[in-house]
Amino acid sequence: MEIGKTKIISVLVENKPGVLHGVSNLFRRRNFNIDSITVGVSEQANTSRMTITVNGDEKTIEQVVKQLAKLIDVLKVEELEQGNFVMRELALVKVNVPSSKERSDIINCVEVFRSRIIDVATDSLTVEITGTPDKIDAFLNLMKTYGIIELARTGITALARGSKSIKIDE
Amino acid sequence: MTKMSGAQALLESLERQNVNTIFGILGGAILPVYDALCGNKKIRHILARHEQCAAHEAEGYARASGRVGVCMATSGPGATNLVTGIANAYMDSSPIIALTGQVPTSGVNTSYMIGRDAFQEADIIGITTPITKYNFQPRTVAEIPTVVNTAFYIASTGRPGPVLIDLPKNVQAATGEVEVTDRIEARGYKSMIEMDLTKISDAANLLVTAERPILLSGGGVITSNASDELMQMSDLLMAPVATTFMGKGSFPEGHPLSLGSIGMHGNPAANKLMSEADVLLAIGTRFSDRATANLDTFAPNAKKIHIDIDEAEIGKNVEVDVPIIGDAKTALKLLLKALNDKLHKTEGTAWTKRVKEAKEQLSPLLIDRPRELVPKALLMELRKMLPEDAIVTTEVGQNQMWSALYFKALKPRTFISSGGLGTMGFGFPAAIGAKVACPDRPVVDIAGDGSFIMSEQELACSVTENIPVTVIVLNNSVLGMVAQWQRTLYKRRYMAVNLGKTPDFVKLAEAYGAQGFRVTSIEEFQKAVKTALTSTVTTVIDVPIGSEEDVVPFVPPGCGLPQQRGDY
Repeated sequence: MEIGKTKIISVLVENKPGVLHGVSNLFRRRNFNIDSITVGVSEQANTSRMTITVNGDEKTIEQVVKQLAKLIDVLKVEELEQGNFVMRELALVKVNVPSSKERSDIINCVEVFRSRIIDVATDSLTVEITGTPDKIDAFLNLMKTYGIIELARTGITALARGSKSIKIDE
Repeated sequence: MTKMSGAQALLESLERQNVNTIFGILGGAILPVYDALCGNKKIRHILARHEQCAAHEAEGYARASGRVGVCMATSGPGATNLVTGIANAYMDSSPIIALTGQVPTSGVNTSYMIGRDAFQEADIIGITTPITKYNFQPRTVAEIPTVVNTAFYIASTGRPGPVLIDLPKNVQAATGEVEVTDRIEARGYKSMIEMDLTKISDAANLLVTAERPILLSGGGVITSNASDELMQMSDLLMAPVATTFMGKGSFPEGHPLSLGSIGMHGNPAANKLMSEADVLLAIGTRFSDRATANLDTFAPNAKKIHIDIDEAEIGKNVEVDVPIIGDAKTALKLLLKALNDKLHKTEGTAWTKRVKEAKEQLSPLLIDRPRELVPKALLMELRKMLPEDAIVTTEVGQNQMWSALYFKALKPRTFISSGGLGTMGFGFPAAIGAKVACPDRPVVDIAGDGSFIMSEQELACSVTENIPVTVIVLNNSVLGMVAQWQRTLYKRRYMAVNLGKTPDFVKLAEAYGAQGFRVTSIEEFQKAVKTALTSTVTTVIDVPIGSEEDVVPFVPPGCGLPQQRGDY
């Protein structure tokens, strides 16, 4: 994923059924592309935070933000300022382990990437890795040589840097 | 707190919103509400004959009156039949509330629960999410008043639109402690954004220096009742006023500075002057593709000011120099105030002369065949016969574009047509709804034979419910607009446009208990209209016209407004 072209939008929404449908439906209907979407409860009551990664030019992103803001279940939308946010993604990777030689190679990689082994079997290892999508891509590239049995990625979640926060207007 | 059923809570809440009419068709899953309606003195239920028409009737009611229209249907097919009507209201920003029955959320027999593909179950919440401003599915009796209040608030404020309330049958039937309140709960909804006054002054500065200003008035001007302010603005700037199709009626089309509507089948003077203007003030319009045609040649020489209540419309289709987000009436008032200090009205400028000249040279109203019964002559004759405040609805296709070109709308809310979605079959039920809202004014549907057939069953509704309207069927026995496209853009390769043996509309009207006339001359037409206007029963006037009659002028798809073709 090219981070330069990708914009991250932080959205506070009502925590109730149908909201995710409303948001994802808007993207489909308006012909916007979602790279990833993550949802979970936020620090505010009855409120979830969605982190949406979108690919598009400035005009498209402006429309995405405006159209999202129009949804009644959307309480606040903000595009995170380029270079002024922290973002992480989590991936679980089940890697094939053909022999013990490869096992120690993989463990070395896991240490270099500051990731963790969370499950071990005779012929596989499951690794938990957290970081920017670039870092995860790099790790996955290395693991491809051993064979990736299964992969699950969460998509990006992000917050603005510093004490700046996205809150609902009173 | 009062103990009552969900259905009663619904009706009490509707009454609190001053609802006096519901257009609907019942069915199993909405029976508790109909049971509660039995004996209700405040709400008139009008039995439509197809749910799509119930929604159009609610929209006609809303657009004629400026109030919220209400329609109702049962679950499943009843609800899905409403969909086209809801989509139509969404595209044209009309405030309607759609009430639907739904299968129970729970029951003794668990096979009747939502999500189990119960009999007449459809996921109407999922289906209508992209075509409503919002939708609700209350799960308890207690929440119904707040849901209804919030639904009306959302539908009628900001940029209006349809809101759906899906009512599970067990919630309608259950009794509970209910507080009938005025409470509204929509913390994520902002009907109004505070106006940015610096933009008003930027706009005023542009307009003060403008040599060739033009105003473009959209449906938003009608919604916000801003016609007076629009007139004052035109007067102050000595600026001609073009409207979009949806804005038709926002400025009196008989006024010397009126240009009529722009667009694919727009008035040639409006299309032409749009390219010559140096400042465009666009109000309450979303710059639809049918209005602007090819964007590269849309008002290419003009600095653009755009007033709209929906922030997402700013910059969506057309890049503008000065965006003003807010209500049209308020914004125009502020702008007028800002301009009054700076501007003195000047008559006889080069621009006003040019406007006069363009209107004379490019008028589509020069009658070439005055005594022949052709759409142009007929619509001009109709205008003469109708009072200023008569309401005209149209179907979709040639009848609609002829009406836009030749029937002059003189007041806001007197021209009601399906602009955005282009729904054939809209005009007749919309006329019924408008007549219910304005029983003392004549209501006329200008129809084509193809469109009228799509909702002709509402004759039963209009006759039974004593809602007399007039339908003028421009009967060419073809689906005229698509036939015109096949003629001009597909080398006359006609496919599926010939309607063959269309019904005898006189007999059809009579079969429903309405009256019908067939007219073959202007004199007969005048006589039939005169009879219809004084009649207490719905009248269908069948007007046979030539099947190769075109709507001209025409901006072909992909071309710009200056590339308008055709004699007129």
